[in-house]
Amino acid sequence: MRIDPVVRRVVYACTLLVAAALPGAALGAGGDVPLMRAGNDIHNLPSLQRGARNFMNYCAGCHTAQYMRYNRIAQDLDIPEGELKANLMLKGGSVHDTIRNAMKPEDGRKWFGNAPPDLSLIARSRGPDYLYTFLMSYYADPSRPHGVDNRVLPGTAMPHVLAHLQGVQNAVYRTESSPDGSAIKEFERFEAGVPGSLTPAQYEEFVRDTVNFLEYVGEPIQAKRQKLGIWVILFLLVFTTFAYFLKREYWRDVK
Amino acid sequence: MTEQAMTEQVDQGRRRLLVAATAATGAVGAAFAAAPFLASWQPSARAKALGAPVEVDVGKLEPGAMLKVEWRGKPVWVVRRTPGMLATLKAAEQFLLDPNSDGSDQPEYAKNETRAVKPEYLVVLGVCTHLGCSPLAKFTPNDVTVSADWPGGFFCPCHGSKFDLAGRVWSGVPAPSNLPVPPYQWVADTRVLVGAEGAAAA
Amino acid sequence: MASNPVTTSSAPAAPGIDDVRQEPGSGLWGWINARFPAAKMLKEHVTEYYAPKNFNNWYLFGSLALFVLVIQIVTGIFLTMSYKPSAAEAFGSVEYIMRDVEWGWLIRYLHSTGASAFFVVVYLHMFRALLYGSYRAPRELLWILGMLIYLVLMAEAFMGYLLPWGQMSYWGAQVIVSLFGTIPVIGADLQQWIKGDYYISDITLNRFFALHVIALPLVLVMLVAAHILALHEVGSNNPDGIEIKKKKDARGIPLDGIPFHPYYTVKDIYGLGIFLTIFCAIVFFAPTFGGLFLEAPNFDPANPMLTPAHIVPVWYFTPFYAMLRAVPSFAGTQVWGVIVMFAAIAVLFFLPWLDKSPVRSVRYRGPIYKGMLAMFVVSFVALGYLGLQPATPLFTLFSQLFTFLYFVFFLAMPWYSRIDKVKPVPERVTYHAH
Repeated sequence: MRIDPVVRRVVYACTLLVAAALPGAALGAGGDVPLMRAGNDIHNLPSLQRGARNFMNYCAGCHTAQYMRYNRIAQDLDIPEGELKANLMLKGGSVHDTIRNAMKPEDGRKWFGNAPPDLSLIARSRGPDYLYTFLMSYYADPSRPHGVDNRVLPGTAMPHVLAHLQGVQNAVYRTESSPDGSAIKEFERFEAGVPGSLTPAQYEEFVRDTVNFLEYVGEPIQAKRQKLGIWVILFLLVFTTFAYFLKREYWRDVK
Repeated sequence: MTEQAMTEQVDQGRRRLLVAATAATGAVGAAFAAAPFLASWQPSARAKALGAPVEVDVGKLEPGAMLKVEWRGKPVWVVRRTPGMLATLKAAEQFLLDPNSDGSDQPEYAKNETRAVKPEYLVVLGVCTHLGCSPLAKFTPNDVTVSADWPGGFFCPCHGSKFDLAGRVWSGVPAPSNLPVPPYQWVADTRVLVGAEGAAAA
Repeated sequence: MASNPVTTSSAPAAPGIDDVRQEPGSGLWGWINARFPAAKMLKEHVTEYYAPKNFNNWYLFGSLALFVLVIQIVTGIFLTMSYKPSAAEAFGSVEYIMRDVEWGWLIRYLHSTGASAFFVVVYLHMFRALLYGSYRAPRELLWILGMLIYLVLMAEAFMGYLLPWGQMSYWGAQVIVSLFGTIPVIGADLQQWIKGDYYISDITLNRFFALHVIALPLVLVMLVAAHILALHEVGSNNPDGIEIKKKKDARGIPLDGIPFHPYYTVKDIYGLGIFLTIFCAIVFFAPTFGGLFLEAPNFDPANPMLTPAHIVPVWYFTPFYAMLRAVPSFAGTQVWGVIVMFAAIAVLFFLPWLDKSPVRSVRYRGPIYKGMLAMFVVSFVALGYLGLQPATPLFTLFSQLFTFLYFVFFLAMPWYSRIDKVKPVPERVTYHAH
């Protein structure tokens, strides 16, 4: 097919601009804190199983996942129902239930000043990198009610639930002068403080598994969707090939 | 078309083959595309959760009394039959359409004389096999609101179908078969799980 | 394979496809045709609709738009079977569809991706008209009907985006409905009337649902039918911008025309295959498309008390949103931005009368038009990009520049299209056999 040179140039220009626009559109929810890479993989079943255990033990006490059913987790993550009931359904109930038997919202508001949000879709609205960075970014701050603050979400009402695993790190600042001459504290890095029961590498793994599970919870079909997609695309390529030869055959008439 | 005459030969066989190949692939694709839409009408995970087996505690059920539970939007009756009630089953057989439950709907483990796993406890779906009304419990023998020779059982107020104390239908009434028995399983001495698919007779 | 050589000496009569019955005929087909013009319609619109033989791939987007409309209607019908149009249940019912309904995720992703795909093909279809002057006489009404489709489509998309009842749904609707509030005198009352409440509430959601699932789709389908009827009345334009009806053979068939069926049906099927491959790749591998098709904040339920940090409309509205933000408030009112934004759409309606060039197609236009067209495309795409970005002073300045250039393309057209050099237009369409 003959394409006008002008048109071709215009199309190139459009493609370039759209390509330039995409990263901007994917602007994360992390605000001005650079996000770490979660590096999780929703196809990694053992990681998801560990993540499910972490979630049930450390998150589900306060947070719900009101759209996620227990038996769906068992089915998708290859967990036998007995094990599900014994190790993951820590508060009993039916395997058909969704994860909603956490604390009452009133209690949450009373104890933390804020009802802990539902975590069903947290990975979809914030992204895994945000969650990973969030769970890595607690540091000691004696001025806060729980003695800690978070770099990603300053002033968060959530205590450092994983403190006995990670320990409590300290924030190191350097002093810079702002344009008007006054000194401002700039965050530089975290340094080890009170140690926890896990090594830093183990803790990273722990958080990665947990975030992986949260990403799964955000869209339980994701892994199957991608596997099915390959077959759909292959089928469509076969169809398009036939259609191409059909078109070419008929168009031989046209002189 | 152009003004030039077309002298080139058209390979009709090739055309037909390509039309057939494209159409067949397209038809397969359309069927694959239609399947998810049809499947979306199946009971959803929520419907399955709501239709999950129901556990009933019969520990407080008095002999001769009945309790109703809802399972999949239908009433399920659990009747604790006294020895006297069980004795009526043999006597009622002369009135029945299907005394051996051959043409009726029940799990294999409830296809017996008492239509129950434990003879003492009848578990039956409280839905008339005629047109879906829920029959009334008429356990008192010779209840004149049914008939003078009534041995005790269930009576459907809609069209007068009669059932004995094992949910078996009388002959000469509109209902064509015995009250269905849902799948169930005794999970403890006094706890029964109604709706447990593939449950063993234990 | 049995080969059956046939020699044809005139216009081909659809060799190889003999199952399309064109004649009134007998039997059931004849019975129907004695009572309903099925054969006649098939003839007029398919088998004996003569389209120029030199269509290029830009001409695929019309039939693709029709196909996407069908996808949207079918998936939309199935979504309404599980969706609950109430503020309390809407968000949860979408997650119910995504998780609990069998294949609900696929139906929902087809619909959400279809919405963006609709705008992609419609924008390309409109750009094609711009390239080859398809809006010029006698196709003015065809163009206007197309523009009405575009308007209704925008309303349809806007109302549909409220339905998931996420944060972006909520605040997007809030911003757009507030536009009506800037209209002097009646603004505040009009805004309240649209919402049916003092804020975007359950009542608003319910009425947007009704408009989205029945009122606007009905209008859309009728407009599409009118658009196709108008097209078949005046005949298709082509990349050379020549009227093929001016040169006909003895039987009255355009010399450069070929029957739509089978030539363009097989071509459109091939185009459809390519489209579906790309479409399904997005549905199965990137349904959010990096936050462009499904925006991340929309996975948070609507919260009237908390605006997300950075709200943007969906990508297909961003060029106009950028224009809205580019215009500063003036004389104590924000209405100017709204006027500019609506004028940007309204000006498209007048395109047939703004273009004074003696030729239609970009192929025979001079350097001025080509330059202006390139500038227009760059402005439109740039505005689309800027509409997604936070309104920093620099970006606002750029938005103002590109808004200006957007209008220059249209408003200066009567002048530059007249003075531009044009190349001679050939008598017959240019076509190179494959």
